[in-house]
Amino acid sequence: MAQLVNLPPRVQETDLKGLLKQMWLIRYFEEKVDEFFAKGMIHGTTHLAVGQEASAVGSIAVLEGRDKITSTHRGHGHCIAKGAEVNKMMAELFGRTTGYCKGKGGSMHIADVEQGNLGANGIVGGGFSIATGAALTSKMRNEGYVVLCFFGDGASNEGSFHEAVNLASIWKLPVVFICENNQYGMSGPVKEMMNVEDIAQRAEAYGIPGKVVDGNDVFNVMNGVGEAVERARNGEGPSIVEAKTYRWKGHSKSDAKKYRTREEEQEWRAKDPIVRLRDVLVQEGLLTEEEADSIKAEAKKEIEESVEFAKDSPMPTLDDLMEDIYA
Amino acid sequence: MRELTYLEAVREAMSQEMRQNEDVFILGEDIGVYGGAFGVTRGMIEEFGPERIRNTPISEAAISGTAVGAALTGMRPILELQFSDFITIAMDNMVNQAAKIRYMYGGKGKVPMVLRTPAGSGTGAAAQHSQSLEAWMAHVPGLKVVQPSTAYDAKGLLKAAIDDDNPVIFYEHKLCYKTKSDVPEEQYSIPLGKADVKRAGTDVTIVATAIMVHKSLEAAAELEKEGIQVEVIDPRTLVPLDTETIIQSVKKTSRLIVVHEAVKRGGFGGEIASTIAESEAFDYLDAPIKRLGGKAVPIPYNPELEKAAIPTVSDIVAAVKETLNRQ
Ligand SMILES: Cc1ncc(C[n+]2csc(CCOP(=O)(O)OP(=O)(O)O)c2C)c(N)n1
Repeated sequence: MAQLVNLPPRVQETDLKGLLKQMWLIRYFEEKVDEFFAKGMIHGTTHLAVGQEASAVGSIAVLEGRDKITSTHRGHGHCIAKGAEVNKMMAELFGRTTGYCKGKGGSMHIADVEQGNLGANGIVGGGFSIATGAALTSKMRNEGYVVLCFFGDGASNEGSFHEAVNLASIWKLPVVFICENNQYGMSGPVKEMMNVEDIAQRAEAYGIPGKVVDGNDVFNVMNGVGEAVERARNGEGPSIVEAKTYRWKGHSKSDAKKYRTREEEQEWRAKDPIVRLRDVLVQEGLLTEEEADSIKAEAKKEIEESVEFAKDSPMPTLDDLMEDIYA
Repeated sequence: MRELTYLEAVREAMSQEMRQNEDVFILGEDIGVYGGAFGVTRGMIEEFGPERIRNTPISEAAISGTAVGAALTGMRPILELQFSDFITIAMDNMVNQAAKIRYMYGGKGKVPMVLRTPAGSGTGAAAQHSQSLEAWMAHVPGLKVVQPSTAYDAKGLLKAAIDDDNPVIFYEHKLCYKTKSDVPEEQYSIPLGKADVKRAGTDVTIVATAIMVHKSLEAAAELEKEGIQVEVIDPRTLVPLDTETIIQSVKKTSRLIVVHEAVKRGGFGGEIASTIAESEAFDYLDAPIKRLGGKAVPIPYNPELEKAAIPTVSDIVAAVKETLNRQ
């Protein structure tokens, strides 16, 4: 496989099996959630990122532990890639006290501030300025961490995108804006919602680098985001990296997907980022078939266990209602 | 007469207005083939086409401002905002532009637009998608604020809102969407500023809005079994407010309870209570005015906590008994 020849150091040094495992964790987590939703066992709404595992995992793989992320409404994958415990995530979706937000946030608000996950967000475009502000802290206190700001193609049409990117660029803040372009807002195809081909082109307007990567190829994502992270860490300011990918499922639970065709869906399913990574690793002799299968099985088991954990966890009581409003 | 759901009534009002007046059009996110986040505009693009059912990018600031500009120059736009929480992003255009333009321009020009948006909790969408922020809007001179609770009212009030030459915020409660009532096929208008007595009674007046109208009627039915006659008034519009109907009712019953889902602190209930306190009805009061509203907490995800954050039927029953000094 040509891809593995001349791998940059960041890929060679990475625990590639770990990446594969994370991608399976995300896939199984999402599929479980989908199933429970259909059965009415999970309340509210949730947005799945099946098919987008490589952009989350590849982007976060190049970070250091102290680096931070901001996430979106479609944030389960980012959360897992940033090292979240799936038990606590599942418990959150079940509304239990053992969940990341003590059952108060749900799918769209999972955060783990201490670990550098500054939060998913129910507001499209809500993360841009938060990421910029976190990067400002890093710079003002000389902390050396970088912030990765995940956003969707649709979110780049919010005013907050333009304002935050501009600010980050004039102040040369250590933030990387990573667009997971899954081709649609809820139902709005990118080509009808903006007049440029690539969201990365918008970087030009702010005088910063913009780069497109194959969002279904974890190595390609690692390289693109890796360069941008290095730049940010060296004090050279922000970048935009656009990962072209696809969400296999509907926008959320009640989506008839009338805005796209089955053929298009099939086309993208054939580019499954997990299968792709697995095949490369096996072909390169970095992983045996058996090992690959056992990584997959382990991930599946961990997700099954997270369901047990969630189900066995206590519900909040009414006394919890008024807690945590103020610090 | 046929029954329609509240959701269908809203759609019918818009369709009828659009057939009759070329200047009326809808803009908003995912209102085309997707049919809007809650399905309100489903099927409308087939009849009216994409020019008049205008799918927008995810850009609340731009689309609300665009509606203001279109309205100022002769169109009658209806803006669908996916969740009322996102009014924060449209705030400048609603508060500093739409609301003020006519006055600032010395009575020149007008801004005939309607911002329709689903509000309220009960769907598990948690803190960023469940708020009731109508008091914010009611505070701003120049805006009108409508909150229908039934399908019949929704249709008639929406016609009045579209025909109105001012910016109108039209709140649709998510849990009302599926409720049904008899709705005439022909167009009819319910004047803004005209309350409706949803149930006549002699012992206590409840002024309730949106979903709380339904809860108050349930409470009233329960209390009737104990011989307590509750009068339930739905103001239907907060601005303009039909103070006369409320004053007359309080003079009759001598007791007032105000119920809304929005947080009690700073909520519209305070406005109604002080209106009575300042009116001739004050002398008729036999008990202190009572306000029931949401607790001062962001709406939590967990379903039990979510329910506990806002007034329940039994809270209303208890409040009535307390007001009547009965256990
Ligand atoms: C301010 C705001 N507007 C609208 C929404 C409703 N909404 C939630 S997700 C979404 C689509 C977002 O598209 P994109 O940014 O491309 O992310 P994707 O869903 O494709 O991951 C919309 C319109 C919202 N949550 N917040």
